[in-house]
Amino acid sequence: MARILLFGRLSDIAGWREKTLEPAPARLSDLRALLAADDAALGEALAAPGVQVALDQVLVRDDAALSPRSEVAFLPPMSGG
Amino acid sequence: MISLTDQGFDPGPLLSGFCRGRAETGAVASFTGLARAEGGETKILELEAYPGFTEAQIGAFAETARTRFDLQDLMIVHRIGQIAPGEPIVFVATAASHRRAAFEACDYLMDYLKSRAPFWKKEHGPDGARWVEPRAEDHEDIARWA
Repeated sequence: MARILLFGRLSDIAGWREKTLEPAPARLSDLRALLAADDAALGEALAAPGVQVALDQVLVRDDAALSPRSEVAFLPPMSGG
Repeated sequence: MISLTDQGFDPGPLLSGFCRGRAETGAVASFTGLARAEGGETKILELEAYPGFTEAQIGAFAETARTRFDLQDLMIVHRIGQIAPGEPIVFVATAASHRRAAFEACDYLMDYLKSRAPFWKKEHGPDGARWVEPRAEDHEDIARWA
């Protein structure tokens, strides 16, 4: 069961912050395709420049294999302070 | 020490505590960021973090500051949740042997927090809410240190 987290404007676009997927998609690219098939606007937002991905709390730049218990977070441009 | 809090904080006692027992430090610099009302455009600022990840990312960056400026210590307190205008959002303190390192490390940490640290900021105003992303100046500020 993979856990998917959306932050910032991404959760507003999707209308959710967190969901679980059973079974977990095999790869990050499969997850992206699945989310985009479900919600084209979200798919587009996730693919936008500046959106980073953390897999099990580690930033990943390319496609990656997911494990059944992966936590995948989509992170739009960050701003604190 | 790096901490996120959904409670308001008073920067005075944080600074006093940070300065205590430092016979060999010489220099402490601090910065406090306050939420701005933007002339009534911002009623509430909402800060979101990714618990665990946000602290780890800030911690890793703080280590680069510690090494680069030969810091003895540093402290970062960052608000999350809903923040009213005038309330402190962020407090950074740095301790070093001499002032230049303490000032520069504080500046460096703030430039990072503004544009690279995992926070997402939403302004709630009279005409609704909008997500705030780093401005061009924020990217230029962090690029100064490259």
